[in-house]
Amino acid sequence: MDFLVRRLFSALVTVVGVATLVFFLIHLIPGDPVDRILGDSARPADREALRTALGLDAPVSVQFGDFLSGLARLDLGDSIVSGRPVASLIAQHLPATLQLAAAALAIALLVAVPLGVIAARRRGTRLDSLAMGFSLLGVSIPNFWLGPMLILVFSLWLGWTPVSGREGLASLVLPALTLGTSLAAVLARMVRSSLLEVLEEDFMRTARAKGLDENTVVWRHGLRNALLPVVTLVGLQLGALLGGAVITETVFAWPGIGLLLVDAIQARDYPVVQGCVLTISTTYVLVNLGTDLIYGVIDPRIELTEST
Amino acid sequence: MTRWLPIAVLAVWAGAALVGPLLPLEPSRVTLDALLQGPSPGLWLGGDELGRPVLDRLVAGARVSFFVAVSVVVLSGITGTLLGATAAYLGGRVDSTLGRIVDVFLAFPGILLAIALSALLGPGVFNLVVALSLVGWVGYARLARAQVLSIRQRDHVLAAEALGAGRARIVFRHLIPLAVAPLLVEATFGVAAVIVAEAGLSFLGLGAQPPTASWGSMIREGSRYMLVAPHLVIAPGMAILLVVLAVNLTGDRLQDRFGRRTGRAGS
Repeated sequence: MDFLVRRLFSALVTVVGVATLVFFLIHLIPGDPVDRILGDSARPADREALRTALGLDAPVSVQFGDFLSGLARLDLGDSIVSGRPVASLIAQHLPATLQLAAAALAIALLVAVPLGVIAARRRGTRLDSLAMGFSLLGVSIPNFWLGPMLILVFSLWLGWTPVSGREGLASLVLPALTLGTSLAAVLARMVRSSLLEVLEEDFMRTARAKGLDENTVVWRHGLRNALLPVVTLVGLQLGALLGGAVITETVFAWPGIGLLLVDAIQARDYPVVQGCVLTISTTYVLVNLGTDLIYGVIDPRIELTEST
Repeated sequence: MTRWLPIAVLAVWAGAALVGPLLPLEPSRVTLDALLQGPSPGLWLGGDELGRPVLDRLVAGARVSFFVAVSVVVLSGITGTLLGATAAYLGGRVDSTLGRIVDVFLAFPGILLAIALSALLGPGVFNLVVALSLVGWVGYARLARAQVLSIRQRDHVLAAEALGAGRARIVFRHLIPLAVAPLLVEATFGVAAVIVAEAGLSFLGLGAQPPTASWGSMIREGSRYMLVAPHLVIAPGMAILLVVLAVNLTGDRLQDRFGRRTGRAGS
């Protein structure tokens, strides 16, 4: 219980820190943000109107207070371009991103677990080096190249899937594959090394000595223990997944929060940029909080103390 | 044979970056005859949507990717190591403050913070280096901190303290040299990460601006002509993939030599 409270508190502190950094990002812009948004040819009246709309005419401390109290009410300001509340824009785009991320995670796990188990059981064989070679390739291939290559083969040449957009399940396949590949590669390596460690344990020898067949030993006793560190890694890697979603969504014109962010950057719609960055980062903090808590539940051996 | 392959790839990459400006290349020469033309004997990798030679642009792009990678890794590696090592040695409030800052930075998916920073700073190679360095130092700081925490009570450090050595001397002469091996491994993987990040940001239009050729922006522009001229996307992508593979293989090899990496995963 003590752990729970401390972990929640530390997550809260991190979220406040993230919000602070996101707030000050707009003040990092060299020169006047109003000039950057409107360009040099804008009329003075328009400048003043935008300055007031962004709240930039108030002292920074007041702006920061407004920003935080807005956050508490889930009010992220209004889009400069469309005038719509940023929060509602995000609510509209978030489900597509979550769907994409979930599909990518599912693909990654479906590929990584069998691949890692096979590599560990056949350690040192050609099968092992093939699996690890695939993993190295998966880590090294950038998603903004894998995406166009998949489009080229499966959409343009074979005509199996739509080129882009979000209509039906078929349109989800290529983006999820693009986003999931590097995660699959990282996880496969982790499953392999973690299982190799577990296979050496005494309880594995006991399980074999009981006369259980090798498959039961590996899958029931070995993998269950080997997956514990993998859970932590999944949590940490979800950050890379959410970041990668920004690029993947751009490649496939997938109408998620990443595409919203990139479009907002192009339009210099800074409130939307801030809102997107804040939402993605907060999601990541919450996911890691969730992973830590799950970890405590599934592995009673671990004494949960505050980590630094 | 395979031992030397990664090194050969990296040598070609660095060579193209360093010697490229001396070669008779014309990455910005517009030739209408070569418009979207496929590879041919006179034009090894074909022409792009303006008829510019893809091979020349590839060599020019190697320069951007090499200099961004080297600058970012050197800048963020040195800054991160100094901050992390100093904080761990001094301990107390300095250390806990740095810990909080690191936590906040780590709460952003790396590429996301880089996207936000370079969007706000404005496009361009210099701003890209600034944005990626601001994101990159955290990993080195964390690793250097963990390393120094594990060695700061060793006898030679205590002996130096007893002899009256100053704090700066202890950090530079007695702590950092012992933490260098894992930091080098981290920096090697860092090179791969920066190459991909640079290309990714350029792909989003946030990196090198036209007419400067960058591998990422070549993929961005080429993907519009994928059906008629797939080589525009395949060529720069293969270049990135080969270099990143070579860097990662080198990193794996260093890691095997120096022992396990302690960074990244963990609490």
